[in-house]
Amino acid sequence: MTTTTTRGVWGDGSPQERGVPGGRPPGPTQSEVAALIAEAPVPRPTLVKTFNAMMAREFRVLRRNAIATFTRAVMQPLLFVFVFAYVFPKIGGGFMLGGGGAAAAGAAAAGGVNFATILVPGLMASMLLMQGIMAVTFPLVMEFSWQRTIEDRALAPVPIRVLAIQKIVAGAVQSFIGAVIVFPIVLLVHAAGQAPHVHVTNWALFALILVFASLLTSSLGLLLGTIMDPRKMQMLFAVVLLPATMLGCVYYPWAALHNIRWLQIAILVNPMVYMSEGLRAVLTPVLPHMPMWAVMLALVGGTVVFGYLGTRTFTKRVLN
Amino acid sequence: MTGVAGLAIRTEDLRKTYKSSRGDVPAVRGIDLSVGSGEFFGLLGPNGAGKSTTIGMLTTLVLPTGGRAWVAGLDVVADPVGVKRRIGVVTQNNTLDMQLTVAENLEFRSRFFGLGLREASRRASQLLEVFGLADRRKAMSTDLSGGQAKRLLIARALVHRPDVLFLDEPTAGLDPQTRVNLWDILRVLHAEGQTILLTTHYMEEAEALCEQIAVIDHGEVLAAGTVNELKEGAGAETVITVRYEDPVPDDMTERAGLADRPGVSKVEADGDYVRVFTREPEGVLGELVTAGSAAGLTVRDATQLKPSLETVFLTLTGREYRE
Repeated sequence: MTTTTTRGVWGDGSPQERGVPGGRPPGPTQSEVAALIAEAPVPRPTLVKTFNAMMAREFRVLRRNAIATFTRAVMQPLLFVFVFAYVFPKIGGGFMLGGGGAAAAGAAAAGGVNFATILVPGLMASMLLMQGIMAVTFPLVMEFSWQRTIEDRALAPVPIRVLAIQKIVAGAVQSFIGAVIVFPIVLLVHAAGQAPHVHVTNWALFALILVFASLLTSSLGLLLGTIMDPRKMQMLFAVVLLPATMLGCVYYPWAALHNIRWLQIAILVNPMVYMSEGLRAVLTPVLPHMPMWAVMLALVGGTVVFGYLGTRTFTKRVLN
Repeated sequence: MTGVAGLAIRTEDLRKTYKSSRGDVPAVRGIDLSVGSGEFFGLLGPNGAGKSTTIGMLTTLVLPTGGRAWVAGLDVVADPVGVKRRIGVVTQNNTLDMQLTVAENLEFRSRFFGLGLREASRRASQLLEVFGLADRRKAMSTDLSGGQAKRLLIARALVHRPDVLFLDEPTAGLDPQTRVNLWDILRVLHAEGQTILLTTHYMEEAEALCEQIAVIDHGEVLAAGTVNELKEGAGAETVITVRYEDPVPDDMTERAGLADRPGVSKVEADGDYVRVFTREPEGVLGELVTAGSAAGLTVRDATQLKPSLETVFLTLTGREYRE
């Protein structure tokens, strides 16, 4: 009977191995190797089983990295609401520079509501985008570079596009969780008397918008992850994340831009706008917001377009 | 061997040309292979010969630009999912899931192939035991040494009892001990009926393991057969090379009558060396030294290669084997 102590045969440099006098110690026995084949289970893969196993793998990783993921999701919105909804109101109305000015301007444009009210849907939307990209784009760029670990899952018995769709779904789940974590933070962190006027009348619609916004960001994440040059990853912040957020109606409602008409029209290409405005419509209906049909059209349409393009470029990158 | 049915792998004029900004780069230029079920088949060639591209096409991850290929009777382009279900693949690079532990790498791969949780975990334990990784099961796969990672990759390719096991340079970069142990495992797997296609640029690896070998270079099969067949073909000759301190005069080999010696099939003289391919090597070396001194040349070095895959390669390509 072979035991683990006598099986120091793999050149690992373990002490017992270095002590082996002369000759080559035996490897695993013939019958053990033969059993690998004789006792091999018969695979019965189906598309659903494989898909579920891949999702299970994502959840395992998510659970393992729970603290890092949580921290990543919480820090940005927490600091934002802390500064804008707690620090600035405390500093006082006389402080009219920088963010304070912007806050006051935003509030004025929005018709007298406090900045926290504007921020709640905006920060949730920005969190969705951030999470979607972090959850899909970053790992994907890693998987495509250097060792091409993507080949591991590309060899699973499903079409490559199913793998792409699985990545979109897994990313959307992370995005969704990120937004749900953010919600209580942006709701609860504020100075006394500065509570945001959040009033959800239609929870189902709220959930629906979150779901589609999550799918949109992860589809975009997939597209970016397959077209980004890994050596230019830092460009992602400069060219995508920052403009999308700053010009995404996160810190001001879209309607308030009517004074800068060209900008109001130009930013309609930014998917972020519809996420912010959609959440504004369900969370803070007191503020002006885009009509729901426009929001839904953009979210669903954007998901379909980015999903289609992302799946195509993904397949092209995997199969060369 | 008739048709596609009885064969584990078959290719017909398989081609791959990569498009690049500097024009088309042909990586594989029309390869015909037949690998019988249960065979241990070796694709032998130097780095850049087109071995990995060929394996890529057979394992559905590289799309052919011409010709056809079948694995386990299924067309690799028309039914990639069916093919993937029936193959196990060990790629050259370390494609272990870096986010998972050693055991999880095996368990999730099993589940991708439809095994239930319990079955997957039992299979993982069995494989870890045989591949000597049982005490590393909870380690993250990024913490493994090169040899351990390679073993895990092979174990992972075996979770679902593949019809064909593809191994792309499985022992490249491994220490000799680990290599020999892997050879042992591969031999037993083969003895148990596992069809294996292995690529390697190590002559001795192909010679030690493979029943059938295709020598491949620049995307083409130069010769195929058993090791003995290959040796009895072009390469059953001893290759004697003598290098001199100065360039060899044009008429030196002619004057020495080297080509007329019995058993000599070819004499090459180029620059500062003379190379003789012969079935009767006795005395040739001495003659080359004598011919050299007659022409006023001193010998710098001399090699005599007995018939081996290396001489086969040398004979087929006229070039020394570059690893």
